[in-house]
Amino acid sequence: MDDNRLESMMSILLRTGVLLAAAVVFAGGALYIAQHHAQPVSYRTFVAGATDTRTLSGIAASAGHLQGEGLIQLGLVLLIATPVARVAFAVVGFALESDRLYAFVSLIVLAILIFSLLHAT
Amino acid sequence: MTALAFTLIVLAISALAGFLGALTGLGGGVVVVPALTLLLGVDIKYAIGASLVSVIATSSGAAAAYVREGFSNIRIGMLLEIATTLGAIAGAVLAAHISTHAIAIVFGLVLLQAAWQSFERSQTSSTASASSDALARRFRLDGSYPLGNVRQPYGVRNVPAGFGLMVGAGVLSGLLGIGSGAMKVIAMDRVMKIPFKVSTTTSNFMIGVTAAASAGVYLSRGYIDPHVAMPVMLGVLCGAFLGSRVLVRARVHTLRLVFGCVVLALALEMIVNGMLGRV
Repeated sequence: MDDNRLESMMSILLRTGVLLAAAVVFAGGALYIAQHHAQPVSYRTFVAGATDTRTLSGIAASAGHLQGEGLIQLGLVLLIATPVARVAFAVVGFALESDRLYAFVSLIVLAILIFSLLHAT
Repeated sequence: MTALAFTLIVLAISALAGFLGALTGLGGGVVVVPALTLLLGVDIKYAIGASLVSVIATSSGAAAAYVREGFSNIRIGMLLEIATTLGAIAGAVLAAHISTHAIAIVFGLVLLQAAWQSFERSQTSSTASASSDALARRFRLDGSYPLGNVRQPYGVRNVPAGFGLMVGAGVLSGLLGIGSGAMKVIAMDRVMKIPFKVSTTTSNFMIGVTAAASAGVYLSRGYIDPHVAMPVMLGVLCGAFLGSRVLVRARVHTLRLVFGCVVLALALEMIVNGMLGRV
């Protein structure tokens, strides 16, 4: 494992994550529009939505029932997970390069991201 | 407005924002938030939530291309991501505790900076440093980038000051749901004396990770609403992809001036509306 190989693998990882997320969001969006296209909507005043669009367990359950909103949120969670996966990949990659300093630096970034995601959701 | 009409309008606005953001290098987030709040009256919390996810999408998509070209420096990116992620969490927490009017005003000020940046003629500002200082050597931050057929080596300086600015860039990203690429580039190019092309591509590389740090907080607070985020994410992503493909052919200079005027108008409107309490 050298730097070039690490970088090209990261690039594949990023692109796959974004395309997969976009496909899931698109599917969820199509489902939502098919079911609710005529429904009047307004987003002028902020109201925190139901927990099935705000928590990981709620999103998983809603997407499992093939609800449009749940699938959209699942796609967005996949999107958020993409840079996190990239950092996790860097930890392993630097460790394989025997670059202890940067394996550790990447591990700190990964810990901050995971702390933030778990603490919030 | 029906759900279908709202989705199509937001999709169109976001595609245009992503297209112009990619052409001018300012990113889609800075346009999409004022467009949604000022044109459609969307609450700024929904707008910044949707913008944040679109920022992750475009930066990860673009980073995939840049990483292969060999410009971005993953060690610099990873080290400075410690600063931007911590800042982003602080910014996201702050977003819940200050009024939406204040968020609008801060957003307007960031837009003013973006407008000023597009009017500025020269983008390559600093002279790159050939040698690293002691701390940068300690962290092995120096690298090389392709220049013609050879690789041009460069050094890195002023790591603590750059790190500090990156905390600030993270706070702005978490507070406003933007990539704050401009501030990241200033930190690397002007302060740390990293070559411009390396700074911009490494900045892009860092934006997705920075945004992911505040995304959890946004999601749990309900800022990431599926109905708003879906057309914004898909629209900005498509627009940015198209923008990056026509980049070589477009008359970028004229476009930057036009775009700068639009951003300036949005900035003033955002600040005035924020002060009057209408956003």
